[in-house]
Amino acid sequence: MAKIDISVKILRYLPGKDEKPRWQLFQFAIEDEATILDVLNEIHWQHDGTLSYRRSCRSSICGSCAMKVNGRNVLACETPIHRFGTKLKIEPLSGFSIIKDLVVDLEPFFAKLKRIKPYLIVDKPLPDKEFIQSTAELQAIGESTLCILCAACSAACPSSWPNQDYLGPAALLKAYRFVFDSRDDGSDERLEIINDKNGVWRCHTIFNCMEACPKKIKITDYLSRLKVKVVENSI
Amino acid sequence: MKIDEARNYHKIDAVIVGAGLAGLRAALEVAKSGLSASVISKVYPTRSHSGGAQGGIAAALANVGEDSPQLHMFDTIKGSDYLADQDIIELFVNEAIKTVYEFEHMGVPFSRTEDGRINQRDFGGHSSPRACFAQDVTGHVLLHTLYEQCLKHNVLFFNEFQVLSLLIENDVARGLVAWDIRQGGLHIFHARAVLLATGGYGRAWKVTSNAHANTGDGVGLVLEAGLPLEDMEFVQFHPTGLYKHGILLSEAARGEGAYIINDQGERFMKKYAAAKMELAPRDIVSRSEQTEINEGRGIGGKDYVYLDLRHLGKEKILQRLPQIYDLALNYLKVDAIKDAVPIQPTAHYSMGGIPANAHTEVIRDAKGTVVRGLYTAGEASCLSLHGANRLGCNSLQDAATFGRIAGIRMGEFCRENAYNDLPAEPLAKAQAKIDRLWQAPGKEKHADIREELQVNMTKYMGVFRCESEMLKMKAIIKELQERYRRVAVDDHGAAFNLDLIEALELENLLSFSEVIVEGALARKESRGAHFRTDFPKRDDGQWLKHTLAWRRDGKIVLDFGKVVVIYPQYQPQERKY
Repeated sequence: MAKIDISVKILRYLPGKDEKPRWQLFQFAIEDEATILDVLNEIHWQHDGTLSYRRSCRSSICGSCAMKVNGRNVLACETPIHRFGTKLKIEPLSGFSIIKDLVVDLEPFFAKLKRIKPYLIVDKPLPDKEFIQSTAELQAIGESTLCILCAACSAACPSSWPNQDYLGPAALLKAYRFVFDSRDDGSDERLEIINDKNGVWRCHTIFNCMEACPKKIKITDYLSRLKVKVVENSI
Repeated sequence: MKIDEARNYHKIDAVIVGAGLAGLRAALEVAKSGLSASVISKVYPTRSHSGGAQGGIAAALANVGEDSPQLHMFDTIKGSDYLADQDIIELFVNEAIKTVYEFEHMGVPFSRTEDGRINQRDFGGHSSPRACFAQDVTGHVLLHTLYEQCLKHNVLFFNEFQVLSLLIENDVARGLVAWDIRQGGLHIFHARAVLLATGGYGRAWKVTSNAHANTGDGVGLVLEAGLPLEDMEFVQFHPTGLYKHGILLSEAARGEGAYIINDQGERFMKKYAAAKMELAPRDIVSRSEQTEINEGRGIGGKDYVYLDLRHLGKEKILQRLPQIYDLALNYLKVDAIKDAVPIQPTAHYSMGGIPANAHTEVIRDAKGTVVRGLYTAGEASCLSLHGANRLGCNSLQDAATFGRIAGIRMGEFCRENAYNDLPAEPLAKAQAKIDRLWQAPGKEKHADIREELQVNMTKYMGVFRCESEMLKMKAIIKELQERYRRVAVDDHGAAFNLDLIEALELENLLSFSEVIVEGALARKESRGAHFRTDFPKRDDGQWLKHTLAWRRDGKIVLDFGKVVVIYPQYQPQERKY
C-alpha cells in the first residue's frame, strides 16, 4: 500500500448563495487503493468540513452515493480511484436540481416511482403458504429486483434531461419488475400508465442507462420487453 | 405564535423513527389499520442498512429439510449462550413463519426450490436449512418490498430528518423533535405513540460492517432521556468482514459450503467446533479466527485469514452468491472463483439496546415498568431475543416480526389514548444542541474525535477483552467526551449540512460507548460475544442476568434484570458445537 498524490476538482454549489456552480480544487496524498468515497471523506474530514454528499452503506447496496466522476455515473463507495488515475473531476448527477454540492433533489425521482404502482397487486385469494413460482418465472424478474434506486440511470438518460415528466428508466424498470412477476394481477392498470408519451415510448433505446447502472442491469432490454407487452396488451 | 400553529408542527398518531425493516413493517401495520403513520429517517428508506443484510431470514418452513419452531427455539437459546429470554423466543419462532409468508405475498422475490416453494439454506448455529433467501441480497429485496407496500398504503415519509430529542414527560412519550437535513430547521412531531427503530451502533468501531448511518442515535436519545439501555456489552463481531474495509461478506458463503483457512491452508475450525466447523455461531468463529491471527497463523503472519469459495465452482458462486463475488472483486480485486478472499472479524450487530417487553413497549427499570406510548423494535431494541450472541438470519426476522407486533400494539394504543400535551419549551433541548455546535468557541474536529474513538474501540473492545484494556478505553472515552465539548463545525448553513449531522451523531457514539465499556467491565465472565481473557468461563451463578445501565449525573449506573427461563429442558448447559 502506497500513497499517491491526487488532484480533485469538485463542483460546489449552494443555491441562494452561489450564483452558479463552481469548481474547487483539492490536492493531497491518499492511499492508492482508496475509493472515490474515501477521497470525499478525506476532504470533508480533513480539508473542508463544508463539503456535502450522500453516503451510507459503503458496500454498493444502499444507492446513496451515485455521482458523476470524470463524466461517468458511478457509486462513489465501490469505485477505486485507480479507475480514473490521479486527476479526478467529481460532480453531482445530471438532470436533477442541486440541494448542495453533490447532493441532488431526488423527490421527483421517487415521486415517479410511485406513479407506476410499484407494488404487487393481487386479486386472487392468498394461499395459506407461499405462491408457487418456478425458478424460470423468478428469473424473468430476478435481475430487475437488484435495482438499488441510486438514480444513476435516470441521470444518464438524454430522454430524461429535457422531459422532466418522463418516468425514466428506474420507474419503468420497476414497472417491468411487477408486470413480469408471475404472481401479479395488476398488469393492465400499470401498462395503461406507461403507455404514454412520457411513459415507455419516451425511451429511445440509447442504452446510456444500462452503461450507467452499477448493478449492470440490462435496463434497455427490459424496457423493450415492456414496450412489446404494451402493444400486445392493446391489440 | 403557539407551537401547534407553527409550520413545522406535525400531529400524527404514530411516529416511527427509522426506515429499516422494523420501522417500515410497523408503519405498514399502523397505516393499514386506518391511522396516520409517519416514518422519520435520516436516509431515504431504501438506503437503510437492513438492505445490507445478505444471507436470509430465518423461519422453520421446513421446505428443504426437517424443521420445527421448537428446533428454531432451541438453536436460538443455545446460540444466545442462554442469556436470551425464552418467552420472547417462543413468540418469535411461531410468528416467524407467518412473517415470511406475508413477505412472499407482498412480492418478495425469494429464491425457489425445484417445486417452486421458498428455498432455504444452512446458516451458522441453525440445525436445519432455515434461512429463506433471495440469492445473497435478501435484506435488499425485503427492504424494497416493504417500502413499496408503505407507498401503497400512504405512509407519510419524512426523509432525511435527524431526530434530536425525545419529548417524554412523566414517563409518557409525547413526540419528538427532528432536524430537516435537506433544508435545515427543527420540526415538532406530536404523537400518540413513538417507535424507536433506529438500528444498530456499529460505527463506534473502526473495522465495522455497518453503514455510516449506524451511529446508535436511538440508544443515545434514550440515555439522554434518563432511560436505561440493556446488555450493551454484547456486540457481535462477524467473522467474514472484507479485509481492511470491514464490509460484510455474508455467512451465506459458508452456508453454501465455503471454507475458512489459515496460513497453512488448514480449515482451523476443526480445532474449535469440530461438529459445526465453519457453521458454528459467529461469536465462536470470530474468536477462533482471532486466535489464529494472534498466534501467527494469519495469512503471511498478518491480521487476516481466507474465506475460500473456489471449490464451490463458478456456477454456484455466480448463481447463489453474486454480491459476494462482486464485493471481493470491486474492493480487493480478488476473483473469488480463482482466489481465496482475505477476511477479518468486523463489528457487526448490537445484541443490546433499548429494553422492551414482548409487546415492544419500552421499559424503564428491572421490574418492567412501561414508558407509556414509547416502543422499540429491530436492532435498536433489546427484548432480549438474541441474548449474548445472535444467530445469522434471526435479525431480519426479528426486525420484521417485532416491527409488525409494534405496529399492532401502537395501533391499539393510539385508539385507546388521546394525544398528551407537549412539554413546555419542546424545542429547547434540540435547539441547544445545534446552537452549541454553531457557537462553540473550540477548535476540536469531530472527525478526529470519532477516529480516535473508533480505532480504540476496535483495539480494546473487540473479540477479546480484559480489564486493563477496558480501563484504558474508559479513560479515552472520558477524555473524548471532554474534547467533544469544544467541537466546532465548519459548516453553518441550513441546507444539507453533513458537518453538523456528523457532529450530532458523534455525541451519541461517545455516550453509548461508555455504557458498552461499563457493562463489559462489570460483567466478570465470558458469555457469547462478550469474551474476557481474565474471566474466560461463563458464570451462571453470578451472571445469568441482564445488564441495565442509566446515565445519572454524568455517571453510568447499573442494575440487573432476570433472564426468563421457562422450559426445564432449556436450562443453561455447556455450549458446544
